[in-house]
This record gives sequence, structure tokens and C-alpha cells, in this order.
Amino acid sequence: MTFTDPRTLLGVLLAALLAMSSLAYADDVEDAAKLLKSGQHQQALERVNKVLAAKPKDARARFLKGLIFAEQGSAKDATDVFLALTKDFPDLPEPYNNLAVIYASQGQYDKARAALEQSIRTHPSYATAYENLGDVYAKLASQAYDKALQFDSANPAAKNKLALVKELVGGGVPAKPVTVAAAPAAPPAAPAAPTPPKEVAKAPAVVAAAEPAKPVAEKPAAPKTGNAEIIETVHAWAKAWSAKDVDGYLAFYGKDFKTPGGEARADWEKARRQRISAPKSISVTVDAPKVSISADGRASITFRQGYRSDVLKTATATKTLVLAKSDGRWLIQQERVGN
Amino acid sequence: MISLPCAFLRLAAATLLFVSSSAFAAGPEQALSGVLEAIEANQPDVAMQRVEALIAAHPNFRLAHLIRGDLLLARARPLETFGNVPKTVPREKIEDLRAEALLRMRAYRDRHNGERVPRYILQMNAEQKHALVVDSRRSRLYVFENVGGHAQYVADYYVTLGKNGVEKTREGDQKTPIGVYHVTANLPRQKLADFYGAGAYPINYPNAWDRRLGRNGHGIWLHGTPSDTYSRPPRASDGCIVLANTDLVSVGKSVQIGLTPVIIADEIQWTDAATLEADRKGLADSFEAWRAAWEKRDTERYLSFYAARFSSEGQNLAAWSAHKRKVNAAKAWIKVGMSKVTMLQDPRENFVVVGFEQDYRSSNLSNVMRKRQYWIKNDGRWRILYEGGA
Repeated sequence: MTFTDPRTLLGVLLAALLAMSSLAYADDVEDAAKLLKSGQHQQALERVNKVLAAKPKDARARFLKGLIFAEQGSAKDATDVFLALTKDFPDLPEPYNNLAVIYASQGQYDKARAALEQSIRTHPSYATAYENLGDVYAKLASQAYDKALQFDSANPAAKNKLALVKELVGGGVPAKPVTVAAAPAAPPAAPAAPTPPKEVAKAPAVVAAAEPAKPVAEKPAAPKTGNAEIIETVHAWAKAWSAKDVDGYLAFYGKDFKTPGGEARADWEKARRQRISAPKSISVTVDAPKVSISADGRASITFRQGYRSDVLKTATATKTLVLAKSDGRWLIQQERVGN
Repeated sequence: MISLPCAFLRLAAATLLFVSSSAFAAGPEQALSGVLEAIEANQPDVAMQRVEALIAAHPNFRLAHLIRGDLLLARARPLETFGNVPKTVPREKIEDLRAEALLRMRAYRDRHNGERVPRYILQMNAEQKHALVVDSRRSRLYVFENVGGHAQYVADYYVTLGKNGVEKTREGDQKTPIGVYHVTANLPRQKLADFYGAGAYPINYPNAWDRRLGRNGHGIWLHGTPSDTYSRPPRASDGCIVLANTDLVSVGKSVQIGLTPVIIADEIQWTDAATLEADRKGLADSFEAWRAAWEKRDTERYLSFYAARFSSEGQNLAAWSAHKRKVNAAKAWIKVGMSKVTMLQDPRENFVVVGFEQDYRSSNLSNVMRKRQYWIKNDGRWRILYEGGA
């Protein structure tokens, strides 16, 4: 992929444009984002309007304004803002995504679908849009089934779990850092989005409206202590699992690993191999890890494990791993659900 | 770009689609098979276009909505089954639609080549323009045209039959009768509840044979579907034969009150025209010999055409024979003319229903009447099992 692709070029231009913004401006937008996050919608709106008074075309400020409207429940105003953004910046996937989320919340699934497809067209690796599109298709399917079974469709707006994108970062970049072909553009330009360069999973690095604590938001910049080593190990374990790299995954387990059901190691390995190979895709995330090191040198780490595959949509559980250091490597001795 | 994990749907499509059709055109079976072909060919977008076209043509076609649901869901996640509705949906609801899909696709696979004929229609009279034959197992109604007394295939349609299947015997058993019937009336839409759709054509269940066997119940109709429903599941009626409204209107065009035969079979037995003609000729010859013996006042030969189990409106063979001997002995001459002869084989019993107009003249009495006989073949000889006014 070269920069002859006009989309790529535009992405770079946009990123440059955003980078050129003055510090004061960046502060204002960032402040507004913080205000929004803390629920101070009105103050956030005032701050954004201040920015827009000076730069009425500014994409980030307008995007934020759309978010504020959406959070306030002003669907119509939010729609107007995001719609205008899609016209002025047709290559940005986020406004399409958020437009789709609002349409979906109103039960307008066909419009939501069109917007999400547009979002993916601009950024083929945009994971959030894919997830949302999956949900929209499922909802459309459910409506079709209702017609097939002559059920009265339930209130279509009742359940909306689509992810409203909170950051304007130029699409799939943080979500799929490994993708080379499709989305090389737009380096993370928004200062409010400190995207770690190494993600453990391909889960989107965006924050869902309904789920403020998204599992991927771990802290890679933690001080490099023994704890950090263990956290890193667990991330690497999750990464091997997500990559369906069974051998790599099994290599994290020590020779003295206690199989959960007490079964023979070979049987357990065989079962794991089968379970990990079966789905087409797996994504495992590690969130809120807490490490404690005991006197005998063993480490216990408890975290929220997010699991998602094409077979099982999502499962979240608290997980505890007990690790021991052997030949300079932390290896898993025990694995259990719960603390 | 977007991967479509619809392998399972393709599998289901392959199961349903035994034969590939060349053209994609109107007609729900052809349209459905076009959808399934596209799924099988891994062209989900084409399948979606086709199913949406089908829904546009028949907005209340539940089966089409089901397949559309599957195509949409396949974009979100892999399908587990055909009609991948949530597990909370009652099983029978979805099984109904799966059964309809299978029956429609089977009908499309086995669609009529225009040549075979049901072995039931031996002879139609010149007034009868069409005959209707129902294959219960296939949930299918076939329309045949009378061409020179012989049945020629015209069209066939998906039908809904009784909840509890066929062989109606009792009032309220929710079964569809098996036998030879005819349409007795035309009830227009305006006179009916919405439930019956575009119209209704009652048939003469229970017929003479049914009554003889003590069968009861009434109100077996051919009728349409409610306005919010394109078609109903294969087994859903109280015994009636239910067609999609558009199909009922098409079939209605060929219906003549009091004339159009409705033959309901468990499973139609098909034959070729030559075999059928040989059967017809065998019976027609016996029928003519019976008439000739009567006309000649050869009473013993005439009575030899009646079966031991014969009955006629309360008379058994002995009573009938005594009566005929007495009557015929009093005649100086008899002339019997038969016209408008129909011969329809009962799909379950071994007899053929022979209907005719009898022009009877004699030295002391003349009359013209419509009659019906049941002829049965035993040991290679055709004999009369029943005779009565029609």
C-alpha cells in the first residue's frame, strides 16, 4: 500500500491538520471531553461552542458536540451534527458509526446498516463498526423472524447496545494495529486517546456508551516491577490465546500446572487445543489486573477476563492465575474462575 | 470484504434444493429455489436481493421472511440451523415453516413434466372443464384441464390441510377427507370472514360412500388465507383445503359449481395416458354391456353386473334383484341412453365413481335423471357396488 490511495493521503492530511492545532485549542477540546466524561454536559457544550466560535469547521469539536447531544438524549441534534460531519469529512468512519448508533436506538435499523456499511467502506478494518453492524444485522434478522413467526415486534428501541464512538481517531488504527493492507492511515492524532501501540486483543479501543469500563484500557506504562512482569506475561498469554496460537498459549503453563478438573495433562491439553482451534476468531482481554506476590515467591493475579469468539459472542469472568518463576519465566501453575 | 459465515445456511439450502433451475421468475416455489440456489452458490447478496423481491411480491410470505432473517443473521454470526430463530421460540412454530419450505421445494424438484396423469381421472364429460386433484403428502393441489375427456396438467399449488392429517371420519376430527368429491357452491369474499380470504368453494363431504360408512362432519371447503397471511403451515386447517389467495383466485377460474371434481388422495398415484386409457376402456366396455343387457331386458345378465355387497339407498342385492325382475318383466320394451359419463377412481377404495345422465324410456314409464354408481373390479370383472340418484 502506498500513499497513492487518496483516502490514505487524506487521512494523513487530517492527522497533520489535527496535529497543527494550537495547544490552547487542544486543551479546550480536551477539557470539554473531560467535562462530558464527568457528566457535565452543559459545561462541556459551552466549552465546545467556544472552540467552534473560532473554528466552526473543526472536526473534533463538532464530533464532541455530537457526542454531547447524544449523551443528553437530543437524538435529533446529534444526528444533524454527525450527518453534517459525514458530508464534510466523508472519509472519517466515526461519524457514520455514531449516526448508526443513533438510528439503531430509534429502531431505524436499515438506516443504521447503511451508515455502518459506509463507515466500513471508509475504513475496512474498523472493528467497532463491524461489531455494531453485527448487532444491527442480528436486530434486522430478529425483525424478519418476527414477521416469519407473526410475532408483534417488540419495542424496537428497547434494547440498544451499540457502541457510540467517543474519539475521533481515524478509524480502525487502534483497533487493529497489525493490519497493513487496509488501514495504514491516520496516526492517533487525538491527544485524549493515548492508544497503546501494543494491544493484547483486537477488541476496539473505543469506549462504549453503555459500558464505561471497556476491558482493553489497561495501563502499559506501569512501572517495570515484578508486578509489571506478571501483568505482561498474562497479556502475552491472552494474546497467544486470541491469536489461536495454541502452542504459544500452552507454553505459558508450567510442567507442574494443576489441571482444573484434575484430569491428565495430555487430556487437558487436547481439550484446550480443540476449544481454541474450533472458533474462527477469538479475542481475550485482560482488565483490572491485581497482583499479589506471596512469601514463597509465587504470584497470584486476579483480573476481569473478557472472552469473545465468533461462536460465543461475549463472556466476562473474574479469573485468577497462580504463577511461579521457572528459568526466568513466569509460568502458570493454577487457573481458576473467581478470586 | 465482509465475511459471511453462512455455511450452515448453504448446507440447508443444498438439502432443500435438489435440482437447479435455469430461470428465476415468478411463482413462489421458483422464486424460493432461486433464493436457495444463490445461497448454495455462496452468493448471499444475490440471495438477499431475490428474497427481498419475493417479499415485495408477497409481503406476508412468512417463509420468505424466515429466510431473510437467516441471511441477515448470517452476517452477524454463524447460523446453527435453517430458521435460526431464538431458542425461546416455540418449536412447533418454526417446524411449521421448515415443513412448508421442504414441501414447497420438494414440489419444485418433482414439478410436473406435463405428461403424467393421476390414475383417478378415467373420463370427464364434455361439460367439465377442469378437475382438481390433491396430494396430501405433498400438500399440493393440481389442476387438470379436460381435453377430449382426458386430463391434461395445467398448474399446481401449495395447500394447507387438516391439523390432524387426512381420512376424515368424525365431526371435529380436524382431518381432511380422502375421496372423490365435487364443488357444490361458490361463497364470495364479501360473504365470508377475513379468515377465509379470497373466497370459498365447499365440497360434498360426506358423499354417499362416506355416509354409508357412517362418516360425519361437514363444511369441508377450499378457501383462501387471512389478509395478513400469504400461506399457512402444511397441516393447520380444521380439514379444509387452504390456498394462498392469489392461488385460490387462479383455481377459482376453473371451478364450475356442481361439476368440477375434487379428488383428494393421500398420495397421488400417477400413470401415463396409454395405461389410463386401457383402464378406462375396460370399465367403459362393462358399463356399456350393463346398459345393453338392461335395454335387452336380459335381467339375469343385467343383474350379473351387481356385486354381492351391492346396496342402493337401503336396498341390498337381494331386494334390488327382486325389484328389478318384477319391473323388467312388466315391460314390453326398454330404451336406455347414457350421456355425460364421468369415471373417477376413488384414491383409497378400489372403486370408480361413474356419474351419468340416464335417459330411460319404456313401454309404461320414461324419465331422465342424473345417477351415480360405484364400480369395483374383482377377479378381473367390473361390478356395481352402489347405484343411486346424484
